[in-house]
This record gives sequence, C-alpha cells and structure tokens, in this order.
Amino acid sequence: MEKQTVLYETHKSMGGKMVPFGGWDMPLHYGSQLEEHHQVRRDAGMFDVSHMTVVDLKGPQAKPYLRHLLANDVDKLKTTGKALYSCMLNEQGGVVDDLIVYYLNDDWFRMVVNAGTTEKDLAWLEKQTTGYDLTITPRRDLAMIAVQGPNARTKALSRMSETLQKAGAELKPFNAVMDGDWFLARTGYTGEDGFEIMLPGDQAESFWKSLTDAGVAPCGLGARDTLRLEAGMNLYGADMDEETSPLESGLGWTIAWEPEDRDFIGRSVLQAQRKDPEKQRFIGLVLTGRGVLRNHLKLFDGDEPVGEITSGGFAPTLERSIAFARVKPGIGETCEVEIRGKRVSAQVVKPPFVRHGKSQLS
Amino acid sequence: MSDTPKELRYAKSHEWLRDEGDGTATIGISEHAQELLGDLVFVDLPEVGTNVEAGGDCAVVESVKAASDVYSPVTGEVIEVNESLDDAPETINEDAFGNGWMFKVKLDDAGELDSLLDADAYDALVAEEDH
Repeated sequence: MEKQTVLYETHKSMGGKMVPFGGWDMPLHYGSQLEEHHQVRRDAGMFDVSHMTVVDLKGPQAKPYLRHLLANDVDKLKTTGKALYSCMLNEQGGVVDDLIVYYLNDDWFRMVVNAGTTEKDLAWLEKQTTGYDLTITPRRDLAMIAVQGPNARTKALSRMSETLQKAGAELKPFNAVMDGDWFLARTGYTGEDGFEIMLPGDQAESFWKSLTDAGVAPCGLGARDTLRLEAGMNLYGADMDEETSPLESGLGWTIAWEPEDRDFIGRSVLQAQRKDPEKQRFIGLVLTGRGVLRNHLKLFDGDEPVGEITSGGFAPTLERSIAFARVKPGIGETCEVEIRGKRVSAQVVKPPFVRHGKSQLS
Repeated sequence: MSDTPKELRYAKSHEWLRDEGDGTATIGISEHAQELLGDLVFVDLPEVGTNVEAGGDCAVVESVKAASDVYSPVTGEVIEVNESLDDAPETINEDAFGNGWMFKVKLDDAGELDSLLDADAYDALVAEEDH
C-alpha cells in the first residue's frame, strides 16, 4: 500500500493520474504532461512535493555534525535562511542521497531529503550522531508545495500572510524565510524562478486551492522530470547512487575541498578519484538523429563502447531529445547511441540545456 | 456509451484496423492506447515495401514516458505510411481513429480479419483491463 500526501484527494478531484513513486501515490499529470511543462516555462505551475522529507537538526553540535556528514560545507552558511545543495556520501564516496540544507541558527539546521531514500537517510543520520550533541526530527507534520515559473513568485505571494509577502518579495535566490510553521524558500527543481513552500499539513489543501484560484496550474511528476532534465539537474537513483561518486556524476562543484582538514565522510576516496585521469566523466547529450534518448541506452564511438545514458527523455522546450550520460574520458564532440539496435548520432554538450525558459544550445 | 467506432476491427494489443474493401487495410492505435501512453513525441513507422506478420512488431510509438511497440494485426505488405506523423506525432493523441492512422497493408489473407475483435468485444477487453 503506497502512502498518500495530505493532498491526495485534491489531486484525484482535479483529475490527477496517480502512480506509485518512491513509496507514495503521486500525480503523474492532470491531463497533459507537455502542457504542464510549458505552463511552468511560460507562466506558473505547482507541484505537491510533500512526499519529500523535511528533517530538523537541532543542538549545540548540529554544525560540526553536518560538516562531517556532508561533502559540501555548511560553514559557508552565515545568514539565517541561507540554503546549500550537497551530497551525503558513504565511506566509499558513493552518494547516499542529495539534499538541500538550510541554516536557521547555530543550533538549528533544516534539510530536505528524497522520498524514496527517507528511511535509509534517517538511519544513516542517526548512525553518524555518535559523539555529537543534537536531535534529529523528521517533520512529518509539514506539507511542501513547489510553485515554479516566471510568474510563480508574484502569484504565490498574493496568497500568503502579510509577513511572508513582505519578506518573500525581497528574498534572494537560495534563501528562505520563516513565519511560524510556514517556511518560504526561493529554490526549485525546474530551472525557473519560484518558491518551495513548507506549511502545516492541515493548511495544504486550502493553500493549494488558493494557488489554483491565482492561476497556478497543478503539475505532476512527469513535467517535474522533464523540467529538471532540461535544467541540468541530477535525479537521485538515476544519475547518481551509492555506487557512484559526485565526481562521476557531474557534481564535483558541490564538494567543498577547502579547508583541507575538514574530515567529511568519503573524503579520502574522492581525493584519490580526483587525481585519476581514467575516472568517468558526466556529460549532456542532444540527439541529432531521430528517436528518444532513454535511461541505460549504450553509447559508442565507432565500435568502441564509451558509456551509458543515466537519464534521458524528450525535452518539450527544445522539441528534441536530451540526456545525461556517464562516459569514458576523451570522448569527442559527438557519439552514437544505440536505440533498438540502430545507431543514432548525438552531440555532446554541457548542461544545462534550458535556463529561465531559454535554450542554452548553440 | 463507448466512442469506439463500430466499423473498425481491433487487436488485443490495442491496434485498430479498417478494412478498405479492396484487399488493403489501414492500421493505427486505439483511443485507449493513446490515453495510456500519454503525450506522444516520436513515431517510428515501417518502411513501405516491408512485409509484416500478424502479431509481429512493426512500428514504435514513444511518449514522454516510454517507448511502446506497435504490432501489425494482419500479415501483408506495407503499401503506405502516414509520414505526417514524423513531424506531428501528437496527431495520434488528438485523433487516434482518424488522422492518426499509421500505415496501410496489402493483405495476404483477408480471412485473417475474422480473428480480430469487433468494437463491443474490444470495449469489453478494455473494461476488463481497467479492473
């Protein structure tokens, strides 16, 4: 039996096609995945992301704990509400999960982890607490709604408390502000401007309906996936997992190497990998021939296998197929993808493919 | 009331077939099939002149979600394909039983048509799959 978010009945009543995802029954789309994608690129759309887990970390040693736990360094966070994207690694340098962590004060950090990895993550978090004075509390009482698109902030703010309207209007990207149990963050997973909003579960339905009245279109997980792919954002479980490191997943930029004496989990393995010229690279692909790039398709340079697609699909904004792939070093500007036994050519590019509604392809 | 056209025949694998009465047939995928697939973004059609077998895969439709094989309901030679689908695969979503047709076949054995489902039998099959 899949779990249901507090918005489950609302999704069904609005025509959501419900599918299992990460242990939850979630809307795939409400009619057309493509229209929902365009709605976010052109105006404003909203996603129920209550299946993801908000975790509060409180205590005098929350900060040293997180500096050991995460590959990125929370010491970069100096102001209340500032956010940081990081991988959480195992001892082998593999990715246990990717997450966003917010700094609230020296004794209080908040992180958001993936739905499908929540139980594993919580066990891992507990296991690492030895010697650190802090408490870890999953906030199952909170719902989370992402409102994304060029008009998302204006439309969403019009439906919030006066306090949040004021603070939210001035909020910088990758920052958040709180008002009671409401938490408003200028973050997202679409490559568009917008907010991710945490709020008490019992207020989620009325807020969702209020956003609908403001002209924000409900969008499903289908559009969420094509939007994040175009935006060059990795998906846990496809683009990286416990067997692959951030360096092999295009996430080297999220590793804080300085200061050198910060001993985070997985550091020694990553440091060795960093110097290894044979380590695989992570690239973007645009299909130049006909077809659709899919997860796990094999890549070739002539007869030589050179890698594999980690996640791919059709990019509605570009009207072409795109993908992320893990490849051998030294790949050229093009390669071939094997689709149903046929070779189709693809161009190697650097993600993102789309930023703020505009194609990044030359 | 179902909108499944009475004049067409259907395969269990969700293709439809229209008997043109001159030894040829037009083939596409059903309304139910396009609905399950969602927004289509790519169609790979057979080449004209190819011989297809009843039950054999001969085309591919890809939605934003996934790729699906299309099976020929009958045996014969492909004599025409709907090339407009190359640039507008969404035509299948919009008009599965009409402008979204996929290919035409010259039948080897018109008797094969008798083994296909009529609209009522196909509707019953869809209703059963929904449960």
